[in-house]
Amino acid sequence: MKRGVQIVAVLLAVVTLALWFAKGANPGWTKNRVQVKTVDPITEIEQVTWEDRFIPGVEILGGGLFVAAVLFAGSLFIRKANKQQQTQHS
Amino acid sequence: MKKSLVTLFVAGGVAFAAVAHEQVFDFKDPKGVNNVVFKLDAPLEAINGSANGVSGTVTFDSHNPAATKGKIVVASKSLTVGNSVMQEHMHSEGWLDVAKYPEIFFEVKQLKNVKTEGNVTTADAVGTFSLKGVQKEITAPVKITYLPGKLADRSGGQMKGDLLVIRSNFSIKRADFNIKPGQNEDKVANEIELSLSVAGVSPQK
Repeated sequence: MKRGVQIVAVLLAVVTLALWFAKGANPGWTKNRVQVKTVDPITEIEQVTWEDRFIPGVEILGGGLFVAAVLFAGSLFIRKANKQQQTQHS
Repeated sequence: MKKSLVTLFVAGGVAFAAVAHEQVFDFKDPKGVNNVVFKLDAPLEAINGSANGVSGTVTFDSHNPAATKGKIVVASKSLTVGNSVMQEHMHSEGWLDVAKYPEIFFEVKQLKNVKTEGNVTTADAVGTFSLKGVQKEITAPVKITYLPGKLADRSGGQMKGDLLVIRSNFSIKRADFNIKPGQNEDKVANEIELSLSVAGVSPQK
């Protein structure tokens, strides 16, 4: 049980970090659209359009790592509880 | 009497010739290329966005660029950022109140320090900037590029005429325009950097 929770916590931390890095390591808040720039050939003006795209921000990174840390910390108490149960039975 | 009439005629002709070079450029852009990019760099957060609801007119005389005057208008509702919740806040009553103040504009009254090389004019534009109903006199550096006959290229040959491209980078302070002065400056910077890139058309009549 304890080992299982720890594996889930580590996996959650790894997946959160991997997702955040893979989507561009955005140091700001989560975005749901991004700027796409193209240059108008006649005026040479850089046209800005917006494209719907999910870019996770620091709140998702922080939230994922926080939940992973809570799970890992919680797993340490599982061991304690099992030991206490064993002590009571004996 | 005859001499006076001739003088009047010549003077009128000269005045007409001077006025005849003036062209009115319309900045309403159906292609949506015209835009204003804004950037706020606060200690905790950088906000980047753009607006493409550009309209307005500018009177330009290729023989006298110093006489350029006009007004560029940006629809407040067209201000866009990468996060839709943040955009809702930005448009809301507490911040820009786009429902009550639907337009942001810069009205150029005069150009100073005008330098022209070929079709490119650089100058300092002095005029009124209006944001959230507050009007303030500002000076912004501008680069004006006159592109005679280029409207045909842009419209795929459907229209003949000229283009005028205006570029300007300047900054304003939100506190000057009564946008939550002194509040949330760690997340929403007081200084707003603006980058204007717009093209106007003057079709041949």
